[in-house]
Amino acid sequence: MKQRLLLSTILSATLAIPAVAANVPEGTALAENQAYNYWMLDAIKSLDPQIVSSVEDSDAVRSLVEGLYNEDGDGNLVPGVALSHDISEDLTTYTFHLRPEAKWSNGDPVTAGDFVYAWRRLADPATASEYAWYMELMQVVNGAEITAGEKKPEELGVTAIDDHTLEVKILAPLPYFPKMLTHTSVFPVNQKVVEQFGADWTKPGNFVGNGAYTLKDHIVGEKIVMEKSDSYWDAAHTVMSPVTGLTINDENAALTRYEAGELDRTTVPAGQYPRLKEEFPDEATSTPYSCSYTYIFNLAEGKGNEALKDVRVREALSYALDRDIVVNNILQGGQKPAYSWTHWAMNGFTMPDIDYSHWTQAERDEKAKALLAEAGFGPENPLKITLNYNTSEAHQKIAVAVQQMWKQKLGVEMTPQNFEWKVHTDKMNAGDFEMARYAWCADYNEASTFLDLWASYSGNNDAKYSNAEYDALLKDAKTAADPGPDYTKAEEILAKDMAIIPIYHYAKVDMIKPDLKGLPQNNVQQTWYAKDLYRVAQ
Amino acid sequence: MFSYIIKRLVVAIPTLLVLMVLSFLLMHAAPGGPFTYEKKLPPEVLANLNAKYGLDQPLWRQMVSYVWGIIAHFDFGPSFVYKDRDVNEIIAQGFPVTLHYGSIAFVVAVVSGVLLGVIAAIRQNTWIDYIAVGISIGAQVLPNFVMAPILVLVFALWLGWLPAGGWEGGELSHVILPVIALATSYMASIARITRSSMLEVLTSNHVRTARAKGLPEHKVILRHALKPSLIPVISYLGPAFVAMITGSVVVDMYFSTGGIGKAFVDSALNRDYAVMMGITLLVGFLTIIFNLLVDILYAWIDPKIRY
Repeated sequence: MKQRLLLSTILSATLAIPAVAANVPEGTALAENQAYNYWMLDAIKSLDPQIVSSVEDSDAVRSLVEGLYNEDGDGNLVPGVALSHDISEDLTTYTFHLRPEAKWSNGDPVTAGDFVYAWRRLADPATASEYAWYMELMQVVNGAEITAGEKKPEELGVTAIDDHTLEVKILAPLPYFPKMLTHTSVFPVNQKVVEQFGADWTKPGNFVGNGAYTLKDHIVGEKIVMEKSDSYWDAAHTVMSPVTGLTINDENAALTRYEAGELDRTTVPAGQYPRLKEEFPDEATSTPYSCSYTYIFNLAEGKGNEALKDVRVREALSYALDRDIVVNNILQGGQKPAYSWTHWAMNGFTMPDIDYSHWTQAERDEKAKALLAEAGFGPENPLKITLNYNTSEAHQKIAVAVQQMWKQKLGVEMTPQNFEWKVHTDKMNAGDFEMARYAWCADYNEASTFLDLWASYSGNNDAKYSNAEYDALLKDAKTAADPGPDYTKAEEILAKDMAIIPIYHYAKVDMIKPDLKGLPQNNVQQTWYAKDLYRVAQ
Repeated sequence: MFSYIIKRLVVAIPTLLVLMVLSFLLMHAAPGGPFTYEKKLPPEVLANLNAKYGLDQPLWRQMVSYVWGIIAHFDFGPSFVYKDRDVNEIIAQGFPVTLHYGSIAFVVAVVSGVLLGVIAAIRQNTWIDYIAVGISIGAQVLPNFVMAPILVLVFALWLGWLPAGGWEGGELSHVILPVIALATSYMASIARITRSSMLEVLTSNHVRTARAKGLPEHKVILRHALKPSLIPVISYLGPAFVAMITGSVVVDMYFSTGGIGKAFVDSALNRDYAVMMGITLLVGFLTIIFNLLVDILYAWIDPKIRY
């Protein structure tokens, strides 16, 4: 207990340090032009913090609205509306001290009541938020019951003690609770404005936020334009304005527009990184990104392919899958081969030491052949399996390469089956597959966001993997002072059972104009805030 | 004629109803739904969403309330994906965009296509004909998803004359490339149809008579040959016009116009039921109207046709 308290004290202490927005080093000459144009793959679906459901949505909302805490370029928490917080001795009551000078763009003060309203709204069945489960994930008292319609939103474990003090009660100690507060679904909204305009409150002209930017224009599917907000408490440090997000559904078209000077940041299409890195060494970047790519087996009883329920077969397939070819010859964007599930760069996570990751590919292939023969498959009796993947050039390339690897090394006849996105997902949910492509991106910067997925009680565990020891470790990790060893052990079990075939850990591969500064360097979730950006004179 | 138009319009109502019922059923038969994700929603969250959007009701009731919404309030329902908007807003934003570049592309395609076709026909088997046919075949085989990147490469990246994308409220510089990308293949089709139809008309009796009475060649072409040779072109133009003003997914995607062509394809992929229905009905309605217009034009061009 002492240790836990110490940790939280350190956390509170760190959080009491005032944050600076754009952290421009002294003596830096800023460019005349401080406009920023960034790329969005899809149209923004909603600007309502409690309705937000995509990356494009939350990127924009982080500029328009501010939550209790923000993240810095390394993924650490820095104060937002909250200056600091205290934790009760039993670690289940958080008291946040809010910044008295924080204001909405209509001049209203930002109060603890705004957070209470927003959080209740998130859990309320009438809002029908896709992220309502986030309240449950945060373990806020009564969150799950309210979403299920069993209790009233007013019974949520969040209270405004006074205008600048917010109290949150959670069900059990949750070491990473503060980290979860940077998610846009727990950002505040202005009750008066939401009630006045209803669903139209997010339209330009109606929108009221408390962030560093105001909404100037939003044409769905074309662009969003945001301008510096003078009512933001740290407006003196906001440099970049206007900030414009352009929706360009084609990655290659976006790259062309970047080259034409219409964008300052865009993604690099799969396979083009080496060429661009050579041509534009100062602009092509690759940084770790908290998603993992895998092939899952259908382990549900009576479903899938019986042969795949034999761990030797699963091991053989995993060993013979040459990850180096996938990352070095197909993706070519600085992704890393994966032999374990959790992304290597997650905050506070130590990669487990997985045996076969040290072997040479030749050694793995040898072992794979032996294991498959042991399981009773050979030239006379070849293993026949199918692999489902969703329509995408990169997924297809990987599936075809893997098909070749397994055919040549093991004589396995794998048939890749391509499905449209919704059909692929539907088949996985229904357990109608033998093997399937799967990927998972972190909801918050902590290893449990990955590992919880394969717990037998997880709703997203489409592989239907089940191991009591694994479940117990994850439950223990929730309250452990240092969950690290539990996570390492859990990864080892996952590898021993070869429940899934981890293939690679994502990287964010981008083209970024060289005069643009302030983007996160080591934030594995790639959370960025427009207020931190600036352009230097060249 | 008037009673014919009324009759056609009356028939349009059941046609649209059948279109609606069929698309509604097909759409709901497709696997997955608007809230099927790789990150599965917990059952209680899914239940709240289904309740909010009426998806927990039996299919027939959903359909009845959908039709009633249209009849009573001209309300085509909410978008299940773009949750701050409804279908009316999505169409009101995207349709003017595609209507804008689509109708300009239409005029460009018709004028250049007919011109190319006529020139090729009256100079049949000369080098002019070969060039005209060459251009139209080239334009036909070059799909717009190849055309669009080439146009951007040349005019935006190399020459720097035009922006590579965006719409900016339909500013001229943003309209030019989408128009060219969309018009090219239609122009090619119009040129080919015009040429072959013109060739046929040029050998017909009334043209021979016109020549025999000593009319100069340009008068023969303009006064006697052009009008009848346009009949097959016009039957092509009705559906082509509708297709052009409701946009092309390639043009919308590549030039990021925010048009309705992309919204249509997205709605199908996202299972955004109401948006998909709304745009389907819009396209259906326009198709019926323009087919009717084509039939009226027939009567005006060809005195032999009477309704």
